[in-house]
Amino acid sequence: MRRVALVGTGLTKFTKDDVSIESLMLSAIKSLFENTKNLTQKDVEVVLTSTNDNSKYLSSIISELTGLTPKISHSVESLCNSGANSAVSAFAYVASGLADVALVTGAERFDSPGRILEWDKSRGQYKHPIYWSSMFTKAHMRKYGTTKEDLAIVSAKNHKNATANPYAYFEKEYSIDEIMQSKNLTEDIRLLDCSLPCSGSAAILLASEEIAKKFTDCPIWISGIGQKTISAGFTKNTDLTSMKSTIDAATDAYKMSNTQPRDVDVAEIHDAFTICEIIELEDLGFAKKGKGSSYARNCYETQDRKINPRGGLIGSGHPLGATGIAQIVEIVQQLQERAEKRQVHDARVGLVQNMSAAATSSTVLILQS
Amino acid sequence: MTRFESELKNGKFVCSECLKCNKLVWPPSDFCSNCFGKVRWRQLSTIATLVEFSKKDDIIFCIAEFEGTIRVMGALETDAQELIIGKELQLVKCDYDRTERFIFQLK
Repeated sequence: MRRVALVGTGLTKFTKDDVSIESLMLSAIKSLFENTKNLTQKDVEVVLTSTNDNSKYLSSIISELTGLTPKISHSVESLCNSGANSAVSAFAYVASGLADVALVTGAERFDSPGRILEWDKSRGQYKHPIYWSSMFTKAHMRKYGTTKEDLAIVSAKNHKNATANPYAYFEKEYSIDEIMQSKNLTEDIRLLDCSLPCSGSAAILLASEEIAKKFTDCPIWISGIGQKTISAGFTKNTDLTSMKSTIDAATDAYKMSNTQPRDVDVAEIHDAFTICEIIELEDLGFAKKGKGSSYARNCYETQDRKINPRGGLIGSGHPLGATGIAQIVEIVQQLQERAEKRQVHDARVGLVQNMSAAATSSTVLILQS
Repeated sequence: MTRFESELKNGKFVCSECLKCNKLVWPPSDFCSNCFGKVRWRQLSTIATLVEFSKKDDIIFCIAEFEGTIRVMGALETDAQELIIGKELQLVKCDYDRTERFIFQLK
């Protein structure tokens, strides 16, 4: 298997704008071409598009709009981890030798059909994500004594981090008190415990080791990949205080990259709701079970940006099909020391965790400079 | 409307059960997810256990587990001040109206 590097990135500002998927993707790809030296349309051999939008033949439409004629081109849809999964597919094409250069773009509109999981019979009439997240929150509170203030700290931290991210939807800090007083959506979660669906797009360029240096002096290597699906239905999560798919995906990614949680300098993790970040900190091995909230509190109090430096989904917004790719863009910038005000000091190993549908599937990537 | 949905609309919570390995197959399917065996429709017990719950606008919603294996979300009608995980529930109503609906009470 050949080594594969991330050699280019592109992003759009996350907004509530009524923009087509095609326009969003086009903007991110334009940004990527402008940011990547020596890149021409004829270099690109793979085009993968990631979205929950009901578009047809999208990768070919995007290829046409951007003047690309790839060997391989298709869409990847896996709800909220479509983005990281499309990066995994692109990795496989390059690592196998089928292609040398792969472009991946993800986009979503604020009104994405991926927001409501109408196919999941086990959810009954409770299809909106606030219901599964309430179940995880209540279970974690019951077992580990996690408090509503613990949840609010995650939101405060990620909103604060997002103020240094010019592409984030949210542009202001929220105090813990403001978050605690935000509208109750259920007994256990409030409005500011949630990420917000929005419009946005991101793009990444992957290249084989042989050609990577053509596009950047600082390639970022994808050294570990883990992807796990345990089910599609929410209630197959037997332990509501844990994310089995994330544990399994992380185990594989750490093993493949020969790294451990303590080696990770910076991470973008899937904080669709505040409880998600707390559980993920535990299941990715950064904190012991039951100590995820203490870990997040320490990050907040010491202004440590290690976890979700761009603001995560809560601070940046959550354009579903773009999210995993935007997470990768952030970690690439961190490892290339191009993250400006968000820069984590001396970051050499980064982690991306992107998950779907109440953690019924997860993807974990380890990136290294 | 599928058989599952029409049975639910008639107040019966049915599921597919494998004729070969006897596994209850959830969500309902044409073949067993364990052994690909043929399945039959079988009505589930109306007794469930409380797995977890929360509340929205004074309405309790919960996860209930049937026959030690099948978990669904539904509404829980009760005036009880304290709910205990593991408590037995009675499925008092199920329906299908664009989506599945389950209503429970404490047994």
